[in-house]
Amino acid sequence: MTGLSTIDRVKWVALILGAAAFALVPLALPTYQVSIATEIVIFAVLAMAIDLLAGFTGRTPLCHGAVFGVATYVVLYCVTVMGTSPWLAVVIAIIAATLLAALFGLLAIRTSGVYFLLLTLALGMLVWGVCLRWTSITGGENGLRGSVRPDWLNQNIVFYYAVLVVVAVATIAMWRLVNSPFGTALRGIKDSETRMRSLGYNVPLHLFLIFTISGFFAGIAGALYALFNNFVSPSTVALSQSVEGLLMAIVGGIGTLFGAFIGAFAIVGLENVVSIYTERWQTVMGCMFILIMIFAPEGVIGRLRMLIVRVLRR
Amino acid sequence: MDRRQFLKSTAASVALGASGTLAAPYVASAQSGPIKIGLLAPLTGVVAAGGREMVDGFNMYWEQVGNAVGGRKVEVIVEDDASNPDTALQKARRLVEQGNVHFLIGDLLANTGLAVANYVKGTGTPYFIPIIAADDLTQRQRIKNVIRVAGYSASQTSRPLADWALKKGWKKIAAISQDYTFGHEQCGGFAQVFTEGGGKIVGEFWHPLNTSDYSPYLGQLSGLGVDAVFAMETGADATRLMQQYASFGLKGQIPLIGAMNLTDQSVIRTMGDEVDGVITAAHFAEGSDAPKTKEFVAAYTKKFAKMPSLYGFSMYSGAMWVAAALNKIDGKAENRDLFIETVLKTELKDSPLGKTVRLDAYGNPIYDVYIREVKKNKDGQYWNVPIGDYPNVSQFWTYDPVTYMKQPPYSRTFQGIKA
Repeated sequence: MTGLSTIDRVKWVALILGAAAFALVPLALPTYQVSIATEIVIFAVLAMAIDLLAGFTGRTPLCHGAVFGVATYVVLYCVTVMGTSPWLAVVIAIIAATLLAALFGLLAIRTSGVYFLLLTLALGMLVWGVCLRWTSITGGENGLRGSVRPDWLNQNIVFYYAVLVVVAVATIAMWRLVNSPFGTALRGIKDSETRMRSLGYNVPLHLFLIFTISGFFAGIAGALYALFNNFVSPSTVALSQSVEGLLMAIVGGIGTLFGAFIGAFAIVGLENVVSIYTERWQTVMGCMFILIMIFAPEGVIGRLRMLIVRVLRR
Repeated sequence: MDRRQFLKSTAASVALGASGTLAAPYVASAQSGPIKIGLLAPLTGVVAAGGREMVDGFNMYWEQVGNAVGGRKVEVIVEDDASNPDTALQKARRLVEQGNVHFLIGDLLANTGLAVANYVKGTGTPYFIPIIAADDLTQRQRIKNVIRVAGYSASQTSRPLADWALKKGWKKIAAISQDYTFGHEQCGGFAQVFTEGGGKIVGEFWHPLNTSDYSPYLGQLSGLGVDAVFAMETGADATRLMQQYASFGLKGQIPLIGAMNLTDQSVIRTMGDEVDGVITAAHFAEGSDAPKTKEFVAAYTKKFAKMPSLYGFSMYSGAMWVAAALNKIDGKAENRDLFIETVLKTELKDSPLGKTVRLDAYGNPIYDVYIREVKKNKDGQYWNVPIGDYPNVSQFWTYDPVTYMKQPPYSRTFQGIKA
């Protein structure tokens, strides 16, 4: 009657609850946890950007940490070295990340599968190498630092909501994108590239565009991260950053977009909680990933969706 | 194990602190409870071994003084910075914003320290850096609440070594160093003083961190006809360089001198004869016969079954320095301005250095720097023994601080070399 199936209704309720949680819970949190929440929503954008490629297009990138980090570097460099305003710096940074992604896209879209993985890995490492060695610009392994965040954003809670607004807009944009005809075409490419070609779709163009768009969103996340940390070093563009972003997307549920928030929450949250109790927190994280890969390879959201569908069918 | 111990002692100190407050109700409320210290150390990641020794040295001091200072109990919260600046920053945030610590101390790698320093610049939290040697933290980019208690700036101790080399009559020296800022700075200090004194740096070889094969560099070094080789290496790189230097037959042919980390206990305690006779310069020498040094080395060796490295020594002495300041102000760690002012004015007495040390106007200690030679002690273990002494060496050597800071920071391209 309403045009909504039960599963859709469950989805909407979950979505609204999730959005409400991110909008309201920080009000009740102490200031340190607010900064963790900020980190979570920033990384969720990175994970969603990766999901655009990995989940919706069937191309798993390992260079998005580098694209993300380049935006962070550009913001820091513009503000601390060139003295531009933070806003202009953020715009330049997002443009830089998008251009870099476009360049990487031109090279990477020719490949697929494991070759795509390796090529993007190499491109990401290239960025890391440049950041590490080009000391006069990037500050070498010491990185760049300064106070980038404008004064009125200095309070944790104010900054959180400012970030949340940007994240919300980015999320809606990505959601619209994957539900547009363009998004459907991407899913078609994921399922069968040859079929899409024979149907007359320009597959390389689609791949190039989504790679660039994905880089654009990773750039937004990177620029926000610059404002958040006031600091950047090669660890921000390192492979581990790309892997962490990908893991967030996988933990939440690859191809679910919003799963990124759950993934980011799980990983950033766990890092913080587990490290209170043990020095071996990385071991705990590792075990968790193994368990997820074995028992819920479709991620938290994917798993939940399957469970709900099963319950409803009964 | 250590964590559990720490939790136990924390619980005990909290309980004691609380009962102390009950027993003495006139104590101002702002001062009730323990002094909370946030200790950041790399317990995982590439420099985890050093991080462990940092925690050991730091805790050893507090245990010796009964976990109390200025009439208040001390509570140490240890956080792992994972040898990663982003993690260090996150943990510093947690310690300050959630743990409400009165001050931060620690970190090992320069990039972790710089990240935390940038953060405390905004919060005003006192931050002490006994290990972080990045020159600019007490020079061009000084932050008032970041103080290098019992630490040293990178180029500080390689300058006296250059002077010593000149006096030895050496005219041509080549340098080999890890290619990162810490290396650029240590080599820069050496190269500048050595060339200003008429010496010549005939080559500087920068190699990436974690170089396993030094043969290309050693081959070139041997053909340069130099009087000595200056090496700046840390950790496993230091071990490999000295081993390969010996196995290529350069040992005994060309004297090997270096920045202090090259022959730190953390490196040489696992090594054999290849370290014999290597010369370095540092403010601390575990083989010194100063009574206080002997006492500390004996106590540390007894407790941890190994001689103290720079990490253990620095954190121990750093704790001592801060404690001396807190004692002066009756433990009023809440009064940050007073606390920082007092630390800057406090002299470090009775430390393992065996000499009184004070800070310069920029928050960096002025040391008597030893020229040290690696020798065998009576137990057959290698340690650093002083063979020369340069009193009152500041981070600015003989330069005027203001003029000095007008020159660019040391880098791969700027080494202060006078042509």
